[in-house]
Amino acid sequence: MAYGPHTPADRRRMLTALGMQSADELFADIPPALRSTPLRLDPPEPEQLLMGRLAHMAGRNRVDLASFLGAGAYRHFSPPLVDQILLRGEWYTAYTPYQPEVSQGTLQSIYEYESLMAELTGLDIVSASHYDGAAATAEAALMTCRATGRRRVLVSRAVHPHYRAVVRTYVDGAGLDLEDIPLVADGPLAGTTDLAALDRLLADADHPTAGVILAQPSFYGLLEPMAEAGSRAHAAGALFVAVVEPVSLAVLAPPGAYGADIAAGEGQALGIPAQYGGPYLGILACTEPLVRQIPGRLVGMTTDVDGKRAYVMTLQAREQHIRREKAASNICTNQTLLALAASVWLASLGPHGLRDVAAHGASRAAELEAALAAIGIERVHPGAYLNEFAIRVPNAAAVHHTLLARGVLAGLVIEDAVPDEPSVADALLVCTTEVTTSDDIAAFARELEAVLA
Amino acid sequence: MSASGPRLQPTLFELSKPGRGGDKIPHAPKGALDRLPAEHRRAHPPGLPELNEPDVVRHYVNLSQLNHAVDTGFYPLGSCTMKWNPKVNEWAARLPGFAQLHPMAPDDVAQGTLQLLWELEQMLIEISGMRAVTLQPAAGAHGELTGVLMIRAYHEARGDTGRTDVLVPDSAHGTNPATATMAGLRTVSIKAAADGGIDLDAFRAALSPTTAAVMITNPSTMGLFESRVGELIEAVHAVGALAYMDGANLNAILGRFKPGEAGFDVMHINTHKTFSTPHGGGGPGAGPVAVGDKLAPYLPAPRVVREADGSFRLERVGERPTSIGRMRSFVGSTGVLVRAYAYLRTHGASGLAEITDDAVLAANYLKSLLAASGVYDIPFPGVCKHEFIASATSIKKQTGVRTLDIAKRLLDHGFHAPTVYFPLTVDEAMLIEPTETESIETLDAFANALVEIAREAATDPETIKTAPHTAAVRRLDEAGAARNPNLRWRPAVGDWTPCPD
Ligand SMILES: Cc1ncc(COP(=O)(O)O)c(C=O)c1O
Repeated sequence: MAYGPHTPADRRRMLTALGMQSADELFADIPPALRSTPLRLDPPEPEQLLMGRLAHMAGRNRVDLASFLGAGAYRHFSPPLVDQILLRGEWYTAYTPYQPEVSQGTLQSIYEYESLMAELTGLDIVSASHYDGAAATAEAALMTCRATGRRRVLVSRAVHPHYRAVVRTYVDGAGLDLEDIPLVADGPLAGTTDLAALDRLLADADHPTAGVILAQPSFYGLLEPMAEAGSRAHAAGALFVAVVEPVSLAVLAPPGAYGADIAAGEGQALGIPAQYGGPYLGILACTEPLVRQIPGRLVGMTTDVDGKRAYVMTLQAREQHIRREKAASNICTNQTLLALAASVWLASLGPHGLRDVAAHGASRAAELEAALAAIGIERVHPGAYLNEFAIRVPNAAAVHHTLLARGVLAGLVIEDAVPDEPSVADALLVCTTEVTTSDDIAAFARELEAVLA
Repeated sequence: MSASGPRLQPTLFELSKPGRGGDKIPHAPKGALDRLPAEHRRAHPPGLPELNEPDVVRHYVNLSQLNHAVDTGFYPLGSCTMKWNPKVNEWAARLPGFAQLHPMAPDDVAQGTLQLLWELEQMLIEISGMRAVTLQPAAGAHGELTGVLMIRAYHEARGDTGRTDVLVPDSAHGTNPATATMAGLRTVSIKAAADGGIDLDAFRAALSPTTAAVMITNPSTMGLFESRVGELIEAVHAVGALAYMDGANLNAILGRFKPGEAGFDVMHINTHKTFSTPHGGGGPGAGPVAVGDKLAPYLPAPRVVREADGSFRLERVGERPTSIGRMRSFVGSTGVLVRAYAYLRTHGASGLAEITDDAVLAANYLKSLLAASGVYDIPFPGVCKHEFIASATSIKKQTGVRTLDIAKRLLDHGFHAPTVYFPLTVDEAMLIEPTETESIETLDAFANALVEIAREAATDPETIKTAPHTAAVRRLDEAGAARNPNLRWRPAVGDWTPCPD
């Protein structure tokens, strides 16, 4: 067995100590009727051959394209030091810090993560992490129902379709109600959340609303009327949940500034590789009064018996191992290593680096918009955006496919992800970041013009 | 309060010095943000620390050294399966083709990863004896919720809407009852039989037309194979309910017991336990869920589909209307699954069988050493699986030293403590799981340490009650932490350089 320590003599010694001849006797407690058929798997593979196999498989993915794909997962520069820290076994081979005296590294790193996210979101309470942005959003939806004692959640149709789907799964599961807030159809606010529709939904006195969920920027890259939506939610006695992208918080108003009670978001953009969907980092933050409703671990600063500063998991009476069926959530394992990755990345870039990342993405996006406009390709929506926007392209799916063969990953075919939103049929969602180059943008415009000709 | 001590670190915020660091990425063109409406702009830059590269690296290297980890020593944390995390798996997950692949990339450019995911599903189907697998859940508890939501969907699709109860043994992990609540169901807790196993009569009495499911951990959280599980599953199915297996302890039964063959309808697998994906100080994990025929239609979307020509694709939105929907964004924690795949390929069928044999052998050997010492109570003396319970009830009675104290004293011996006070059903419990990758010398040394601590309890209980003595910090004021929570650092206003424009 690979990684096994026992010599044949060791095994014999252990079996002898047990008065046994063979390991089979250790399984005498499995009734014969329940014993399994033999495992049929490929034979063991020595490390050298395995590495060849994996390198070959990885090579079948294409990651060399000029990519304009974002849609909830973003490419960013990560200084080599970040991964070198993550590769230290003291970080990645530890478990949950159940014995705080020998887990101060992990505990302090979580406290620092909570502090960094509190700075970015403007909210004081930050959980130690959730599975991903979508699951964090779903937990936020459930939080609003627990905190208000109401059963109905409203979510904007401009929130990422995966997040809406996950919120749907969780809210249905808990036997609660979920309704969509539609988008403005046309005019200068086209594609943003329809506040008049939100007013109508909130006015339904028979179905009081627990929480209102909007994303900033929205799935379509647009800047949403967060302050207005939040004050409407509050006026109706509901809580306001902001779904945020953390890099954007370097330059956009933080949820705490526009009155959000809860912020949820995907931390992948904080230097975590795209790796086809995970492991990512679910960020969940809330205001101080909601601290007993927030699910997941919290780490606090305290002292040891000598008065030395130390860190420990705290307020655990919210959690499944104490409260069982009355817990705020069933979450146990979370995404601690990814929270560490985000913290090291932020510490490496600092406030100015983070702002440069956000501002660069915005600058490249303006460059892309201009390059596309020059070949007659227009944005779908007129409103303000940061670094992602939708463009109208005839036969978007076919064009996207053809561009792939020409080395361009032309963002997302929106209809594939949101088949029930006719206003974005024949549209692509495109994104830039600081790693997008002028050459990429030129190639995109050139190839798109050629394909459309 | 001071951050003194040999390796303790000030916070990142205290290390910060305005004007230090930067220059990792080029400055953005001036005016890049001018087109953003003022009402959307941030008024003050976030108070993030300003550090240079040596500051950051020393901070995190020094902090890392405050951790006990599998890479630094024995970690017999029961139920958590702290086995060796192979280094080649870290290499694999970082291959650019895997690491840089965007989760919304078209299927055409993702064939390598899709193939890996599909093959991993096939391996897990074989190991579980089930019919189909979803790789979407991000952890065991997430898998539990996935499984129980599928069970609900199954009953509802049959118009069987009165099933409100989930029966759970009282020794179950807290995630089981918490999951039932999240799925809108009610937990009914069932006491274990005297031998620690399932109390068939108690279950039969509780089973009814309102039972949606039973959740059974097998081997149980006491490290015992549930030998009556066959009869239980029959009784469960007889009332029209379904049987969920919490697979956290799968490491003990690879190739010896396939839950699907035994009649379980659904189970989750913790890749971060059984298949060695690193725990990361608390996560990430992955919690694939395997199901039999009854639940396959309800699996979360999207699934990986293998086409007739051998190519792979993801299901389209809405392609399988029976699905319970999405449990998370994108496809799954693929980076974790690459590591699990590498591990399974490394071992193959014969290697997995050896893992189980050696994990169970190590647990029984260690248990026999403690039983022979006569100082710890061993509530279930028969053969155990991959872990076992020892209890300090007698020691506590004689000396006042509790399991918690013993756990802390083990830290002074250079070992991590076992899981303590879990399951809740055994007083002063220590759940000890050595795993298959620890040598006989380590097992002997650990048993010796435990016996020595028991002896010390009689002669010098104070030393144990105030342990640990050699760790970076001593016992913590946990009550104070909860009474006056300090959950974030507050940088002083103006303690950082304002951003340009
Ligand atoms: C028996 C059992 N069930 C469920 C879980 C939950 O799994 P996870 O932490 O991956 O969510 C655990 C984890 O410790 C466990 O030991």
